Amino acid sequence: MADTPIPLEVRHITKRFGNAEVLKGLSLKAHKGDVITLIGASGSGKSTFLRCMNLLEQPDEGEVIVHGEEIRFKQTRHGREPADWKQVVRMRAKLSMVFQSFNLWAHMTLLENVIEAPVHVLGKPKKQAITHARQLLERVGLAAHADYYPAQMSGGQQQRGAIARALAMDPEVMLFDEPTSALDPELVGDVLKVMRDLAKEGRTMIVVTHEMAFARDVSSQVIYLHQGRIEEAGPPEQVLNNPHSERLKQFLTPKH
Amino acid sequence: MIDLHGYGPRLFEGAMVTIELGILSLILSVVLGLLTASAKMSRSWILHHIGTLYTTLIRGVPDLVLMMLLFFGGQIGINMITDQLYEHFGWDIFINVNEFVAGVVTIGLIFGAYMGETFRGAFLAVDSGQIEAGRAYGMSHWLVFRRIRFPQMMRHAIPGLSNNWMVLLKTTALVSVIGLSDMVRVAAEASKATREPFTFMLIVAAIYLLIATLSEWGFARLQKRYDVGYREAD
Repeated sequence: MADTPIPLEVRHITKRFGNAEVLKGLSLKAHKGDVITLIGASGSGKSTFLRCMNLLEQPDEGEVIVHGEEIRFKQTRHGREPADWKQVVRMRAKLSMVFQSFNLWAHMTLLENVIEAPVHVLGKPKKQAITHARQLLERVGLAAHADYYPAQMSGGQQQRGAIARALAMDPEVMLFDEPTSALDPELVGDVLKVMRDLAKEGRTMIVVTHEMAFARDVSSQVIYLHQGRIEEAGPPEQVLNNPHSERLKQFLTPKH
Repeated sequence: MIDLHGYGPRLFEGAMVTIELGILSLILSVVLGLLTASAKMSRSWILHHIGTLYTTLIRGVPDLVLMMLLFFGGQIGINMITDQLYEHFGWDIFINVNEFVAGVVTIGLIFGAYMGETFRGAFLAVDSGQIEAGRAYGMSHWLVFRRIRFPQMMRHAIPGLSNNWMVLLKTTALVSVIGLSDMVRVAAEASKATREPFTFMLIVAAIYLLIATLSEWGFARLQKRYDVGYREAD
Protein backbone atom coordinates (compact mmCIF):
# COMPACT_ATOMS: atom_id res chain seq x y z
CA MET A 1 0.00 0.00 0.00
CA ALA A 2 2.83 2.35 0.88
CA ASP A 3 4.12 2.38 -2.67
CA THR A 4 1.03 3.19 -4.72
CA PRO A 5 2.17 5.36 -7.61
CA ILE A 6 1.70 9.13 -7.49
CA PRO A 7 -1.47 10.04 -9.45
CA LEU A 8 0.22 12.75 -11.52
CA GLU A 9 3.68 14.13 -11.85
CA VAL A 10 5.10 16.49 -14.47
CA ARG A 11 8.75 17.47 -14.73
CA HIS A 12 10.50 20.37 -16.43
CA ILE A 13 7.64 21.20 -18.79
CA THR A 14 8.62 23.66 -21.51
CA LYS A 15 6.23 25.04 -24.08
CA ARG A 16 6.83 27.46 -26.93
CA PHE A 17 4.31 29.10 -29.22
CA GLY A 18 6.43 30.20 -32.14
CA ASN A 19 9.32 32.11 -30.61
CA ALA A 20 7.55 32.89 -27.35
CA GLU A 21 8.47 30.54 -24.55
CA VAL A 22 5.34 30.44 -22.39
CA LEU A 23 6.39 27.66 -19.99
CA LYS A 24 9.96 27.58 -18.77
CA GLY A 25 10.59 24.22 -17.16
CA LEU A 26 7.71 23.71 -14.72
CA SER A 27 7.39 20.72 -12.39
CA LEU A 28 4.59 19.60 -10.14
CA LYS A 29 3.72 16.53 -8.13
CA ALA A 30 0.14 15.70 -7.14
CA HIS A 31 -0.10 13.11 -4.37
CA LYS A 32 -3.36 11.39 -3.59
CA GLY A 33 -5.79 13.84 -2.01
CA ASP A 34 -3.78 16.92 -2.92
CA VAL A 35 -5.60 20.04 -4.02
CA ILE A 36 -3.13 22.17 -5.92
CA THR A 37 -4.23 25.60 -7.08
CA LEU A 38 -2.42 27.45 -9.82
CA ILE A 39 -2.72 31.22 -9.60
CA GLY A 40 -1.21 34.05 -11.59
CA ALA A 41 -2.05 36.88 -13.92
CA SER A 42 -3.49 36.32 -17.39
CA GLY A 43 -0.74 35.16 -19.68
CA SER A 44 1.32 33.69 -16.87
CA GLY A 45 0.94 30.26 -18.48
CA LYS A 46 -1.21 28.58 -15.84
CA SER A 47 -3.88 27.29 -18.25
CA THR A 48 -1.26 26.16 -20.76
CA PHE A 49 0.54 24.34 -17.95
CA LEU A 50 -2.69 22.56 -17.01
CA ARG A 51 -3.37 21.66 -20.65
CA CYS A 52 0.10 20.13 -20.96
CA MET A 53 -0.80 17.72 -18.16
CA ASN A 54 -3.39 15.89 -20.29
CA LEU A 55 -1.55 16.71 -23.52
CA LEU A 56 -4.19 18.97 -25.01
CA GLU A 57 -1.03 20.99 -25.59
CA GLN A 58 2.14 19.13 -26.48
CA PRO A 59 4.99 20.18 -24.22
CA ASP A 60 8.19 20.81 -26.17
CA GLU A 61 10.24 19.37 -23.34
CA GLY A 62 9.58 17.62 -20.09
CA GLU A 63 7.95 14.50 -18.75
CA VAL A 64 4.38 13.62 -17.90
CA ILE A 65 3.86 10.66 -15.57
CA VAL A 66 0.35 9.45 -14.83
CA HIS A 67 -0.05 6.85 -12.10
CA GLY A 68 3.56 5.80 -12.49
CA GLU A 69 3.39 5.51 -16.28
CA GLU A 70 5.52 7.90 -18.27
CA ILE A 71 4.20 9.22 -21.59
CA ARG A 72 6.53 8.40 -24.45
CA PHE A 73 7.28 11.13 -26.98
CA LYS A 74 8.87 11.26 -30.41
CA GLN A 75 10.08 14.07 -32.65
CA THR A 76 8.11 14.69 -35.84
CA ARG A 77 8.06 17.35 -38.53
CA HIS A 78 5.36 19.11 -36.54
CA GLY A 79 7.42 19.08 -33.35
CA ARG A 80 7.37 16.77 -30.37
CA GLU A 81 4.40 14.43 -30.24
CA PRO A 82 3.36 11.43 -28.19
CA ALA A 83 4.86 8.27 -29.64
CA ASP A 84 1.78 6.23 -28.90
CA TRP A 85 -1.63 7.90 -29.05
CA LYS A 86 -3.23 4.83 -27.51
CA GLN A 87 -1.17 5.46 -24.41
CA VAL A 88 -2.36 9.08 -24.35
CA VAL A 89 -5.98 8.01 -24.75
CA ARG A 90 -5.58 5.53 -21.88
CA MET A 91 -3.90 8.16 -19.73
CA ARG A 92 -6.46 10.87 -20.45
CA ALA A 93 -9.23 8.55 -19.28
CA LYS A 94 -7.62 8.77 -15.82
CA LEU A 95 -7.61 12.56 -15.80
CA SER A 96 -10.90 14.41 -16.11
CA MET A 97 -10.96 18.01 -17.18
CA VAL A 98 -13.46 20.70 -16.33
CA PHE A 99 -13.29 23.60 -18.79
CA GLN A 100 -13.83 27.31 -18.40
CA SER A 101 -16.55 27.26 -21.05
CA PHE A 102 -18.03 23.96 -19.77
CA ASN A 103 -17.89 22.26 -23.19
CA LEU A 104 -20.76 19.93 -22.47
CA TRP A 105 -21.60 18.26 -25.77
CA ALA A 106 -24.40 20.35 -27.16
CA HIS A 107 -26.18 17.60 -29.08
CA MET A 108 -26.59 15.37 -26.04
CA THR A 109 -28.76 15.65 -22.95
CA LEU A 110 -27.05 16.12 -19.62
CA LEU A 111 -27.44 12.42 -18.80
CA GLU A 112 -26.02 11.43 -22.20
CA ASN A 113 -23.10 13.77 -21.57
CA VAL A 114 -22.33 12.09 -18.26
CA ILE A 115 -22.48 8.50 -19.56
CA GLU A 116 -20.75 9.19 -22.90
CA ALA A 117 -17.12 8.63 -21.95
CA PRO A 118 -17.74 5.88 -19.35
CA VAL A 119 -19.68 3.87 -21.96
CA HIS A 120 -17.63 4.61 -25.08
CA VAL A 121 -14.17 5.06 -23.62
CA LEU A 122 -14.16 2.83 -20.54
CA GLY A 123 -16.62 0.29 -21.96
CA LYS A 124 -18.88 0.42 -18.93
CA PRO A 125 -22.31 -1.25 -19.38
CA LYS A 126 -24.88 1.41 -20.22
CA LYS A 127 -27.32 0.53 -17.44
CA GLN A 128 -24.63 0.73 -14.82
CA ALA A 129 -23.37 4.02 -16.27
CA ILE A 130 -26.87 5.50 -16.10
CA THR A 131 -27.34 4.48 -12.47
CA HIS A 132 -24.00 6.01 -11.57
CA ALA A 133 -24.74 9.14 -13.62
CA ARG A 134 -28.05 9.70 -11.82
CA GLN A 135 -26.29 9.48 -8.45
CA LEU A 136 -23.71 12.02 -9.59
CA LEU A 137 -26.36 14.39 -10.94
CA GLU A 138 -28.15 14.10 -7.62
CA ARG A 139 -24.90 15.03 -5.91
CA VAL A 140 -24.36 18.19 -7.92
CA GLY A 141 -28.01 19.14 -7.50
CA LEU A 142 -29.13 18.43 -11.06
CA ALA A 143 -31.22 15.27 -10.64
CA ALA A 144 -34.18 17.03 -12.25
CA HIS A 145 -32.12 18.18 -15.24
CA ALA A 146 -30.98 14.80 -16.57
CA ASP A 147 -32.95 15.18 -19.80
CA TYR A 148 -32.12 18.84 -20.42
CA TYR A 149 -29.82 19.89 -23.21
CA PRO A 150 -26.91 22.14 -22.25
CA ALA A 151 -28.50 25.09 -24.05
CA GLN A 152 -31.50 24.82 -21.73
CA MET A 153 -29.41 25.24 -18.57
CA SER A 154 -27.71 28.19 -16.89
CA GLY A 155 -23.93 28.46 -16.90
CA GLY A 156 -23.73 27.34 -13.28
CA GLN A 157 -25.88 24.31 -13.98
CA GLN A 158 -23.80 23.46 -17.03
CA GLN A 159 -20.61 23.65 -15.03
CA ARG A 160 -21.98 21.45 -12.26
CA GLY A 161 -23.09 19.05 -14.98
CA ALA A 162 -19.58 19.13 -16.40
CA ILE A 163 -18.23 18.24 -12.96
CA ALA A 164 -20.63 15.27 -12.83
CA ARG A 165 -19.32 14.25 -16.26
CA ALA A 166 -15.77 14.44 -14.91
CA LEU A 167 -16.64 12.39 -11.80
CA ALA A 168 -18.31 9.69 -13.89
CA MET A 169 -14.85 8.67 -15.15
CA ASP A 170 -13.71 7.90 -11.59
CA PRO A 171 -10.60 9.91 -12.36
CA GLU A 172 -7.25 9.70 -10.61
CA VAL A 173 -6.94 13.45 -10.89
CA MET A 174 -9.41 16.19 -11.80
CA LEU A 175 -8.11 19.15 -13.75
CA PHE A 176 -10.07 22.40 -13.45
CA ASP A 177 -9.33 25.15 -15.97
CA GLU A 178 -10.77 28.38 -14.51
CA PRO A 179 -14.08 26.67 -13.81
CA THR A 180 -15.86 29.76 -12.51
CA SER A 181 -14.43 32.46 -14.78
CA ALA A 182 -17.21 32.32 -17.36
CA LEU A 183 -20.00 32.41 -14.77
CA ASP A 184 -22.19 35.23 -13.56
CA PRO A 185 -21.12 36.15 -10.01
CA GLU A 186 -24.29 34.80 -8.42
CA LEU A 187 -23.68 31.37 -9.98
CA VAL A 188 -20.08 30.99 -8.84
CA GLY A 189 -21.00 29.93 -5.28
CA ASP A 190 -22.83 26.74 -6.29
CA VAL A 191 -19.93 25.53 -8.39
CA LEU A 192 -17.36 26.32 -5.72
CA LYS A 193 -19.45 24.50 -3.14
CA VAL A 194 -19.40 21.34 -5.24
CA MET A 195 -15.64 21.70 -5.64
CA ARG A 196 -15.12 22.20 -1.89
CA ASP A 197 -17.08 19.00 -1.22
CA LEU A 198 -14.87 17.13 -3.67
CA ALA A 199 -11.76 18.40 -1.94
CA LYS A 200 -13.16 17.37 1.43
CA GLU A 201 -13.75 13.80 0.28
CA GLY A 202 -10.12 13.52 -0.74
CA ARG A 203 -10.23 13.96 -4.50
CA THR A 204 -6.94 14.80 -6.12
CA MET A 205 -7.46 18.11 -7.89
CA ILE A 206 -5.42 20.63 -9.81
CA VAL A 207 -7.25 23.92 -10.15
CA VAL A 208 -6.43 26.99 -12.20
CA THR A 209 -8.41 29.75 -10.58
CA HIS A 210 -8.80 33.41 -9.71
CA GLU A 211 -10.86 32.56 -6.62
CA MET A 212 -8.42 33.40 -3.82
CA ALA A 213 -10.81 32.43 -1.06
CA PHE A 214 -11.15 28.99 -2.59
CA ALA A 215 -7.38 28.69 -2.94
CA ARG A 216 -6.89 29.73 0.69
CA ASP A 217 -9.54 27.44 2.20
CA VAL A 218 -9.18 24.30 0.13
CA SER A 219 -5.68 23.93 -1.30
CA SER A 220 -2.94 21.80 0.09
CA GLN A 221 -0.56 23.71 -2.13
CA VAL A 222 -0.69 27.02 -3.98
CA ILE A 223 1.55 27.69 -6.95
CA TYR A 224 2.01 31.23 -8.21
CA LEU A 225 3.11 31.45 -11.82
CA HIS A 226 4.70 34.48 -13.41
CA GLN A 227 5.77 34.58 -17.06
CA GLY A 228 6.02 30.83 -17.38
CA ARG A 229 7.97 30.26 -14.17
CA ILE A 230 6.98 29.14 -10.70
CA GLU A 231 7.59 32.29 -8.69
CA GLU A 232 6.40 30.94 -5.39
CA ALA A 233 4.87 27.71 -4.14
CA GLY A 234 3.83 26.24 -0.82
CA PRO A 235 0.93 25.79 1.58
CA PRO A 236 -1.73 28.48 1.20
CA GLU A 237 -1.16 30.13 4.56
CA GLN A 238 2.45 30.76 3.55
CA VAL A 239 1.97 31.72 -0.09
CA LEU A 240 -1.18 33.76 0.31
CA ASN A 241 -0.66 35.25 3.78
CA ASN A 242 3.10 35.72 3.86
CA PRO A 243 4.27 36.01 0.28
CA HIS A 244 7.98 36.61 -0.24
CA SER A 245 7.89 37.64 -3.86
CA GLU A 246 7.19 41.32 -4.56
CA ARG A 247 5.20 40.37 -7.67
CA LEU A 248 3.02 37.99 -5.72
CA LYS A 249 2.43 40.68 -3.05
CA GLN A 250 1.29 43.00 -5.80
CA PHE A 251 -0.84 40.30 -7.40
CA LEU A 252 -2.60 39.64 -4.10
CA THR A 253 -3.27 43.30 -3.33
CA PRO A 254 -6.89 44.08 -4.18
CA LYS A 255 -7.11 46.56 -7.04
CA HIS A 256 -9.65 49.31 -6.80
CA MET B 1 -57.76 11.70 -69.13
CA ILE B 2 -54.27 12.26 -70.47
CA ASP B 3 -53.44 9.95 -73.35
CA LEU B 4 -49.87 8.67 -73.01
CA HIS B 5 -50.04 6.76 -76.30
CA GLY B 6 -48.72 3.66 -74.57
CA TYR B 7 -45.59 5.42 -73.22
CA GLY B 8 -46.78 5.14 -69.61
CA PRO B 9 -44.73 2.07 -68.59
CA ARG B 10 -41.54 3.35 -70.25
CA LEU B 11 -41.97 6.71 -68.63
CA PHE B 12 -42.33 4.99 -65.29
CA GLU B 13 -39.18 2.98 -65.93
CA GLY B 14 -37.40 6.19 -66.89
CA ALA B 15 -38.49 7.80 -63.64
CA MET B 16 -37.09 4.80 -61.75
CA VAL B 17 -33.77 5.20 -63.58
CA THR B 18 -33.71 8.86 -62.59
CA ILE B 19 -34.40 8.05 -58.95
CA GLU B 20 -31.91 5.19 -58.72
CA LEU B 21 -29.26 7.23 -60.48
CA GLY B 22 -29.92 10.14 -58.17
CA ILE B 23 -29.78 8.15 -54.95
CA LEU B 24 -26.69 6.12 -55.86
CA SER B 25 -24.86 9.25 -57.06
CA LEU B 26 -25.86 11.00 -53.84
CA ILE B 27 -24.37 8.21 -51.73
CA LEU B 28 -21.15 8.22 -53.74
CA SER B 29 -20.88 12.00 -53.61
CA VAL B 30 -21.42 12.10 -49.84
CA VAL B 31 -18.66 9.53 -49.31
CA LEU B 32 -16.33 11.40 -51.68
CA GLY B 33 -17.30 14.69 -50.07
CA LEU B 34 -16.41 13.47 -46.57
CA LEU B 35 -13.09 12.14 -47.85
CA THR B 36 -12.36 15.38 -49.71
CA ALA B 37 -13.20 17.53 -46.70
CA SER B 38 -10.95 15.39 -44.50
CA ALA B 39 -8.16 15.54 -47.08
CA LYS B 40 -8.38 19.31 -47.39
CA MET B 41 -8.33 19.78 -43.62
CA SER B 42 -5.51 17.27 -43.20
CA ARG B 43 -2.05 18.28 -42.00
CA SER B 44 -0.59 16.18 -44.79
CA TRP B 45 0.66 18.35 -47.64
CA ILE B 46 -0.06 15.69 -50.27
CA LEU B 47 -3.62 14.95 -49.14
CA HIS B 48 -4.40 18.64 -48.93
CA HIS B 49 -3.22 19.25 -52.49
CA ILE B 50 -4.98 16.19 -53.90
CA GLY B 51 -8.21 17.46 -52.36
CA THR B 52 -7.69 20.94 -53.75
CA LEU B 53 -6.81 19.63 -57.22
CA TYR B 54 -9.95 17.50 -57.26
CA THR B 55 -12.36 20.26 -56.27
CA THR B 56 -10.72 22.79 -58.61
CA LEU B 57 -10.73 20.43 -61.57
CA ILE B 58 -14.28 19.21 -61.14
CA ARG B 59 -15.83 22.54 -60.34
CA GLY B 60 -14.07 24.22 -63.24
CA VAL B 61 -15.20 21.90 -66.02
CA PRO B 62 -18.81 21.68 -67.29
CA ASP B 63 -20.72 18.61 -66.11
CA LEU B 64 -21.61 17.59 -69.64
CA VAL B 65 -18.00 17.65 -70.77
CA LEU B 66 -16.93 15.60 -67.74
CA MET B 67 -19.64 13.07 -68.41
CA MET B 68 -18.60 12.52 -72.02
CA LEU B 69 -14.92 12.46 -71.06
CA LEU B 70 -15.54 9.81 -68.43
CA PHE B 71 -17.89 7.70 -70.51
CA PHE B 72 -16.04 7.67 -73.83
CA GLY B 73 -12.60 8.32 -72.39
CA GLY B 74 -13.22 5.71 -69.71
CA GLN B 75 -14.04 3.07 -72.32
CA ILE B 76 -10.88 3.87 -74.26
CA GLY B 77 -8.82 3.72 -71.06
CA ILE B 78 -10.26 0.39 -70.03
CA ASN B 79 -9.74 -1.03 -73.51
CA MET B 80 -6.10 0.00 -73.35
CA ILE B 81 -5.67 -1.77 -70.05
CA THR B 82 -7.41 -4.96 -71.19
CA ASP B 83 -5.37 -4.94 -74.41
CA GLN B 84 -2.20 -4.80 -72.36
CA LEU B 85 -3.43 -7.62 -70.16
CA TYR B 86 -4.10 -9.75 -73.24
CA GLU B 87 -0.72 -8.98 -74.76
CA HIS B 88 1.30 -9.71 -71.64
CA PHE B 89 -0.68 -12.35 -69.81
CA GLY B 90 -2.98 -13.74 -72.44
CA TRP B 91 -6.03 -12.79 -70.39
CA ASP B 92 -8.92 -12.18 -72.68
CA ILE B 93 -11.17 -9.77 -70.89
CA PHE B 94 -13.70 -7.40 -72.34
CA ILE B 95 -15.24 -4.80 -70.09
CA ASN B 96 -18.02 -2.68 -71.46
CA VAL B 97 -18.53 0.59 -69.67
CA ASN B 98 -22.09 0.37 -68.49
CA GLU B 99 -24.02 3.61 -69.06
CA PHE B 100 -25.69 3.43 -65.69
CA VAL B 101 -22.44 2.88 -63.81
CA ALA B 102 -20.76 5.60 -65.86
CA GLY B 103 -23.63 7.94 -64.98
CA VAL B 104 -23.41 7.20 -61.25
CA VAL B 105 -19.63 7.56 -61.23
CA THR B 106 -19.63 10.83 -63.16
CA ILE B 107 -22.40 12.49 -61.19
CA GLY B 108 -20.94 11.13 -57.95
CA LEU B 109 -17.52 12.54 -58.85
CA ILE B 110 -18.92 15.93 -59.81
CA PHE B 111 -21.02 16.34 -56.71
CA GLY B 112 -18.34 14.85 -54.46
CA ALA B 113 -16.41 18.07 -55.08
CA TYR B 114 -19.35 20.28 -54.10
CA MET B 115 -20.16 18.09 -51.10
CA GLY B 116 -16.52 18.33 -50.07
CA GLU B 117 -16.79 22.10 -49.77
CA THR B 118 -20.12 21.85 -47.96
CA PHE B 119 -18.71 19.38 -45.43
CA ARG B 120 -15.48 21.32 -44.97
CA GLY B 121 -17.39 24.46 -44.06
CA ALA B 122 -19.62 22.48 -41.74
CA PHE B 123 -16.69 20.80 -39.97
CA LEU B 124 -15.03 24.17 -39.44
CA ALA B 125 -18.24 25.48 -37.87
CA VAL B 126 -18.07 22.95 -35.02
CA ASP B 127 -16.88 24.64 -31.82
CA SER B 128 -13.35 23.47 -31.05
CA GLY B 129 -14.17 23.19 -27.33
CA GLN B 130 -16.60 20.37 -28.13
CA ILE B 131 -13.84 18.40 -29.84
CA GLU B 132 -11.34 19.21 -27.11
CA ALA B 133 -13.72 17.88 -24.46
CA GLY B 134 -13.89 14.61 -26.38
CA ARG B 135 -10.11 14.34 -26.56
CA ALA B 136 -9.72 15.28 -22.91
CA TYR B 137 -12.01 12.39 -21.95
CA GLY B 138 -9.86 9.81 -23.67
CA MET B 139 -11.70 9.52 -26.98
CA SER B 140 -9.68 8.38 -29.97
CA HIS B 141 -9.72 10.42 -33.18
CA TRP B 142 -12.28 8.08 -34.69
CA LEU B 143 -14.53 8.15 -31.62
CA VAL B 144 -14.43 11.96 -31.53
CA PHE B 145 -15.38 11.97 -35.20
CA ARG B 146 -18.22 9.50 -34.82
CA ARG B 147 -19.73 10.76 -31.56
CA ILE B 148 -19.07 14.51 -31.70
CA ARG B 149 -17.70 16.00 -34.90
CA PHE B 150 -19.96 14.18 -37.35
CA PRO B 151 -23.32 14.74 -35.57
CA GLN B 152 -22.47 18.37 -34.82
CA MET B 153 -21.17 19.00 -38.33
CA MET B 154 -24.34 17.61 -39.94
CA ARG B 155 -26.41 20.39 -38.45
CA HIS B 156 -24.39 22.91 -40.45
CA ALA B 157 -24.12 20.70 -43.54
CA ILE B 158 -27.77 19.91 -44.17
CA PRO B 159 -28.80 23.16 -45.90
CA GLY B 160 -25.88 22.81 -48.35
CA LEU B 161 -26.46 19.08 -48.68
CA SER B 162 -30.08 19.63 -49.54
CA ASN B 163 -29.17 22.26 -52.10
CA ASN B 164 -26.56 20.00 -53.72
CA TRP B 165 -29.08 17.17 -53.88
CA MET B 166 -31.62 19.32 -55.75
CA VAL B 167 -29.01 20.30 -58.33
CA LEU B 168 -27.76 16.70 -58.53
CA LEU B 169 -31.26 15.42 -59.17
CA LYS B 170 -31.65 17.71 -62.15
CA THR B 171 -28.14 16.92 -63.39
CA THR B 172 -29.21 13.30 -63.84
CA ALA B 173 -31.04 14.48 -66.98
CA LEU B 174 -27.63 14.80 -68.63
CA VAL B 175 -27.20 11.04 -68.75
CA SER B 176 -29.38 10.86 -71.81
CA VAL B 177 -26.35 12.03 -73.82
CA ILE B 178 -24.56 8.79 -72.99
CA GLY B 179 -27.58 6.80 -74.04
CA LEU B 180 -29.21 6.08 -70.72
CA SER B 181 -33.01 6.00 -70.84
CA ASP B 182 -33.93 8.23 -67.96
CA MET B 183 -37.33 9.85 -67.93
CA VAL B 184 -36.19 12.93 -69.85
CA ARG B 185 -34.96 10.81 -72.74
CA VAL B 186 -38.14 8.73 -72.78
CA ALA B 187 -40.24 11.88 -72.74
CA ALA B 188 -38.19 13.42 -75.55
CA GLU B 189 -38.70 10.33 -77.69
CA ALA B 190 -42.39 10.26 -76.91
CA SER B 191 -42.76 13.96 -77.72
CA LYS B 192 -41.17 13.49 -81.11
CA ALA B 193 -43.19 10.41 -81.98
CA THR B 194 -46.54 11.77 -80.85
CA ARG B 195 -45.91 15.48 -81.50
CA GLU B 196 -47.28 16.24 -78.09
CA PRO B 197 -44.29 17.76 -76.29
CA PHE B 198 -46.41 19.50 -73.66
CA THR B 199 -48.05 16.33 -72.43
CA PHE B 200 -44.78 14.54 -71.80
CA MET B 201 -42.63 17.44 -70.66
CA LEU B 202 -45.26 18.60 -68.21
CA ILE B 203 -45.44 15.11 -66.74
CA VAL B 204 -41.66 14.99 -66.41
CA ALA B 205 -41.63 18.42 -64.80
CA ALA B 206 -44.31 17.29 -62.35
CA ILE B 207 -42.35 14.18 -61.41
CA TYR B 208 -39.16 16.19 -60.76
CA LEU B 209 -41.17 18.61 -58.68
CA LEU B 210 -42.70 15.76 -56.70
CA ILE B 211 -39.30 14.22 -55.94
CA ALA B 212 -37.91 17.61 -55.00
CA THR B 213 -40.83 18.35 -52.68
CA LEU B 214 -40.55 15.00 -50.96
CA SER B 215 -36.80 15.52 -50.56
CA GLU B 216 -37.30 18.94 -49.04
CA TRP B 217 -39.62 17.41 -46.50
CA GLY B 218 -37.08 14.68 -45.82
CA PHE B 219 -34.24 17.16 -45.33
CA ALA B 220 -36.39 19.27 -43.04
CA ARG B 221 -36.90 16.22 -40.83
CA LEU B 222 -33.20 15.45 -40.90
CA GLN B 223 -32.42 19.04 -39.95
CA LYS B 224 -34.78 18.77 -37.04
CA ARG B 225 -33.03 15.65 -35.86
CA TYR B 226 -29.56 17.20 -35.98
CA ASP B 227 -30.79 20.46 -34.45
CA VAL B 228 -31.57 18.64 -31.22
CA GLY B 229 -30.11 20.56 -28.32
CA TYR B 230 -29.65 23.75 -30.34
CA ARG B 231 -33.14 24.98 -31.09
CA GLU B 232 -33.58 26.20 -27.54
CA ALA B 233 -30.50 28.35 -27.84
CA ASP B 234 -31.52 30.13 -31.03
